[in-house]
Amino acid sequence: MEINLKEFKHCVVIEVKGRVDSSNAQLLSQRLEKVGEDGHFKIVLDLAGLEYMSSAGFRALLAAQRVCKRYNRGEVVLASVPTRIHEALELAGFTELFKTFPDTLSAVGNF
Amino acid sequence: MLTVKYSADFENLDAIRELVGEFARQAGFDEKTVYSIQLATDEACSNVIEHAYKGIPGGEIEISCQTTDEQIAVIVRDHGRVFDFSSAREPNLSPQLSERQIGGLGIYFIRQLMDEVRFESNGEAGNTLTMIKKKAGKV
Repeated sequence: MEINLKEFKHCVVIEVKGRVDSSNAQLLSQRLEKVGEDGHFKIVLDLAGLEYMSSAGFRALLAAQRVCKRYNRGEVVLASVPTRIHEALELAGFTELFKTFPDTLSAVGNF
Repeated sequence: MLTVKYSADFENLDAIRELVGEFARQAGFDEKTVYSIQLATDEACSNVIEHAYKGIPGGEIEISCQTTDEQIAVIVRDHGRVFDFSSAREPNLSPQLSERQIGGLGIYFIRQLMDEVRFESNGEAGNTLTMIKKKAGKV
């Protein structure tokens, strides 16, 4: 798993690449927590390079969404979600909890 | 039937997914179904590591794959503590963020992604989870 962060004017874009499962989901959680501690609550998760994610990864996303939406200070949105991941998100009911965008550009434009 | 043993470590999830993925592909399942089988197996093994072997070092997980003309069966065996599979509550899939619990998603995925799920707890001997996916047109 690779996590890359890029700051934009109104949000941060976090690229998550590779596979996220119980072996490394905590690293993703910790990274997202740090972003919150640094005061960023408008987050685009660029999932173009995400090959696989299990419920452990989904839990990390949910926790981050809770933090960002608190006090209406922001939200986590998803960009370039691969088909397999999108299917799992739908199964989990997550498509109701996260806005999704076809690419990073439109996701950044959301903010 | 092929059986492979792994130590009960999250680090082995990748190898386990590759094993069942290869088996499922060879059995003729499409990529979407292969992914579903991999995900269900991952969730099952993660539960074993997290719950059946919690605090118990040196645990092992046995993965068996069995294919017929009609289906694939993935069997996950452990020798850990009794895990009450049936007691796992359905997660609240509410669209309200505040109402969503963090847990329960793994077992929910297993039940949704696979066609048949059977769980057996054999006391001292451990637990056996059998997950079956039918081939298209054989449901």
